[in-house]
Amino acid sequence: MTIDLKTVKHISKLSRISLDDEKAKKLEVDLNSIFAFIEKLNELDTKNVQPLTSIAETTLQLRKDEIKSSNIREQVLKNSPKKNKDFFVVPKVVE
Amino acid sequence: MDLVSKDQNKYSIKRKKNEYEVVIGLEVHAQVLSESKLFSTSSTKFGAEPNTQVSLVDAAFPGMLPVINEFCIKQAVKTGIGLNAKINKKSIFDRKNYFYADLPQGYQISQYKNPIVGEGTVILDLPDGEKSIGIERLHLEQDAGKSIHDIDPQNTFVDLNRSGVALMEIVSKPDLRSLEEVNLYIKKLRSIMKYLGTCDGNMQEGSLRADVNVSVRKKGDQDLGTRCEIKNVNSIKFMQMAIDYEANRQVDILEEGGKIDQETRLFDTKKNETRSMRSKEDAHDYRYFPDPDLLPLEFTDEFINELKKNIPELPDEKKKRFIEKFKLSPYEANILVSDIDTSKYFEAVIKNSDIKLSTNWITGELFALLNEKNLEISKSPISAQNLSKLINLIKNGTISGKIAKSVFEIMAVGDSDPKKIIEEKGLKQQSDPKELEKIVDKVINENQDKVKEFKSGKDKLFGFFVGQVMKISEGKANPQLVNDILKKKLK
Amino acid sequence: MTNITDLTLVELVNKIKKKDVSSKEITTAYVTRSEKSKKLNAYITDNFENALKKANDFDNNPNYEKKLPGIPIAVKDLFCTKDVKTTAGSKILNNFIPSYESTVTENLWKEGSILLGKLNCDEFAMGSSNETSFFGNVQSPIGKNLVPGGSSGGSASALAAKLTPATIGTDTGGSIRQPASFTGTVGLKPTYGACSRYGIVAFASSLDQAGPMTRNVKDCALLLDVMCSYDIKDSTSVNFKRKNYFKELNNSIKGKKIGIPKEYRVDGMSKEIEDLWQKGINIIKDSGAEVVDISLPNTKYALPAYYIVAPAEASSNLARYDGVKYGFRSEGNNLIEMYENTRSQGFGDEVKRRIMIGTYVLSSGYYDAYYLKAQKVRKLIKNDFDEVYKKVDAILTPSTPSSAFAIGEKSKDPVSMYLNDIFTVPINLAGLPAISIPGGYDKKGYPLGLQIIGKTFDEQNIINIAYSMETQINFKNKIKDWWI
Repeated sequence: MTIDLKTVKHISKLSRISLDDEKAKKLEVDLNSIFAFIEKLNELDTKNVQPLTSIAETTLQLRKDEIKSSNIREQVLKNSPKKNKDFFVVPKVVE
Repeated sequence: MDLVSKDQNKYSIKRKKNEYEVVIGLEVHAQVLSESKLFSTSSTKFGAEPNTQVSLVDAAFPGMLPVINEFCIKQAVKTGIGLNAKINKKSIFDRKNYFYADLPQGYQISQYKNPIVGEGTVILDLPDGEKSIGIERLHLEQDAGKSIHDIDPQNTFVDLNRSGVALMEIVSKPDLRSLEEVNLYIKKLRSIMKYLGTCDGNMQEGSLRADVNVSVRKKGDQDLGTRCEIKNVNSIKFMQMAIDYEANRQVDILEEGGKIDQETRLFDTKKNETRSMRSKEDAHDYRYFPDPDLLPLEFTDEFINELKKNIPELPDEKKKRFIEKFKLSPYEANILVSDIDTSKYFEAVIKNSDIKLSTNWITGELFALLNEKNLEISKSPISAQNLSKLINLIKNGTISGKIAKSVFEIMAVGDSDPKKIIEEKGLKQQSDPKELEKIVDKVINENQDKVKEFKSGKDKLFGFFVGQVMKISEGKANPQLVNDILKKKLK
Repeated sequence: MTNITDLTLVELVNKIKKKDVSSKEITTAYVTRSEKSKKLNAYITDNFENALKKANDFDNNPNYEKKLPGIPIAVKDLFCTKDVKTTAGSKILNNFIPSYESTVTENLWKEGSILLGKLNCDEFAMGSSNETSFFGNVQSPIGKNLVPGGSSGGSASALAAKLTPATIGTDTGGSIRQPASFTGTVGLKPTYGACSRYGIVAFASSLDQAGPMTRNVKDCALLLDVMCSYDIKDSTSVNFKRKNYFKELNNSIKGKKIGIPKEYRVDGMSKEIEDLWQKGINIIKDSGAEVVDISLPNTKYALPAYYIVAPAEASSNLARYDGVKYGFRSEGNNLIEMYENTRSQGFGDEVKRRIMIGTYVLSSGYYDAYYLKAQKVRKLIKNDFDEVYKKVDAILTPSTPSSAFAIGEKSKDPVSMYLNDIFTVPINLAGLPAISIPGGYDKKGYPLGLQIIGKTFDEQNIINIAYSMETQINFKNKIKDWWI
């Protein structure tokens, strides 16, 4: 199977990475060569194989319902590229 | 039982060409009642200062990992049990990937193909009988944060306090057919969860919201029409308004020979209309896959049984018991069980009081009072104990029903003991036959003309005599005794 | 006296405990050498000033009970370190200063170690040559313009060049073992769940594991001891009884059964690699272990499956880099534009490529054909190992299909780069432990590594086998400080 330019643009939209045409074309080539290599899996019949759900040989640990983290607003906002005293700030969203 | 046809007449849209049936399914998002969030240890408390209940996990800092809250799992299982649903011993947490300002991870941890709870049912009490609404599934997921658009004209502000709070998404089958059914369904769900203590059901604080799926079809059609999903509606009234608008919009399109596009819509509460959320469309490919930071959630029968043991009596069972044991009508029972606090109040009152009288007083005077003061029964100004005392005073003849109403009004101001009120105000019923006989004689003497009329067959005048006696006694006369004496004297 | 920087980790620990040397002296020696070695570009962020202060503090108030008393260690810049910039080799995090510490690094500091600096790596650990780092290529001390391998390239380079006595890396598909192999050092990827992932910038959650990179096997055992812990903050951390790998280190492999998988004899494998492998087999035999021919039939599907699973998880793990909470941001007229500008300028080409692959394989209509299929293949690969482990105690293979290559040699062709991980990737997919030790040199004089793969949580066993082989191989470092 091949990935066309339209598909590349669609994935770029989904992954919120803008691409100019040149980059998109380059990526189209790369992705096709990578997927040609991935297609090797089609040789394998996996109809009756159960997929792996987790590689960790354990069961899910459960946590008690306790509040342990306090107000660390300053810490949480500190690294934000755009913020004010109380909030993270993003360009206006119109719904 | 053919549920669909049963109430087909209730809600339909008639137009020139056709009559349409409205088909509704709800995805209710109920906030799990818990101290801390689903995958982090920050508080879930409502109303905190922005971004003060945000941990590094909630804000999705690099290398932060989710660790699940056991209590939230139990809450979901309990709710599943309350919905008579299948509890899945193995469920999987998936990532639902999309970008949004208030979704710090860039994905929401949710459950996609393997939810914690499977199919169940909710029974609605309709005027013409019960209707069973199918539950498709219940799954656990994280709430997102909040985007605030109206503080700054240029920017949107993001508050992550809600980010990561546990939600139960309860998905109904498309079994709802009318606005009233939607109302009853939401109320019933809320009631069940409040009984279980798994969600406080507070719609003002956003603890209960719903996505509403609406489609229409020509009456008699078997296939479902194309549905639209109206996102995030936060009150029953708005749900009803949104459904009504949306159903009519769809019918308009169909009447003109058009086709419905399956889409996500938004309900504008100011304009009272739904509109397409095109911005969401391209994000519809959520790329679900099992969250590799978590393992499948598995539990034993023992775990489920332990929770089952601690499930309280739920509204449906309670209603049955009230009808059978207390001989209430289904209508009365319904009213008394719909809210857990009401049922508790009722049971506290009838512990020492007459059931019939208690039922009347609670559903009558007390509800009117609460309604007037806009109070929950848990905040009732009259305690169950004092109401019980008042009812006993009526029952044993100390006061009449009429006097009781005055006493009730005084109690409503300060929850005082009705006995004290009666003593202080001298409201005790006159039950001394000799005293009453004097009053009766007085009334008869002063109304000889009426006595004549009565004796000549105008039976209705009996009430007049009773009224006169009551008037003179300032309402304190024991009505039963007055009746007896009057009957004797007027023979 | 020998140079401090020539000493192994264990030697340093012993010396400091005997008070032959102070933490200040050790730290100063490493800082001095690191400063003279800027050409290698092994560091992204140095912590020298702070490290010297901490060394001083240690000397003033020493605690010799600790396992790494006063020992400075530089770590891969994928571990979040409190108040020290953490970039993951990416522009998108180039100004990120965590307020928290990863569990693994915390374990190091708790045992008396001191942070020397943050080492270069491929961007978000995606690469096999350290060429995808936003902070530039890393030179290998083995030779000029040679890649140190990747993604823990800065770690391998710094370790081999003696800029740090030991280091830690992360390994998603070979990122510890391949650079160790390229630089003539020892690198171990523990069993999935042995080391906590808390505070490590995530690449592919179901594959990532932190592990030690050291100059010899003994050091490796000591460092693993310190790093490895059960952590309730990581739901995939496994609560098994961790051994004292250092104390229980021994070099007796007599009677052990070592499997040789025929599928690792890949088409076009060089004579040199084949010879190296044979050398390893002979050493094992000579030490009294039994060599068993085994088959891992699904090996050839490992790399394609890996290039579905890892990018899929990465595409989701990297969604959090959106310019809102931390890191780089490029403004836009609206939210979506801001996202797109931030992410297209903030991520490098390889990261973008993998995000795109991952997004594609998870997208509507393709999930079953790719992701689900890959998870099934993973199961088959795991089953292969489970099956052979009924018969053998460990498996011996080469670590890489070739020795180090030149900078720029493979960066144009992603698939040829990916093929570098052909021997290491199956182990990550199966969640097993594996160690790479130097096995010898190729014609060009570049080191080649041998990989010993163990059973789940059987790190002790592969460390012991490695320890025994190490003595026999007697690998000597030929690094000539060309960059100083």
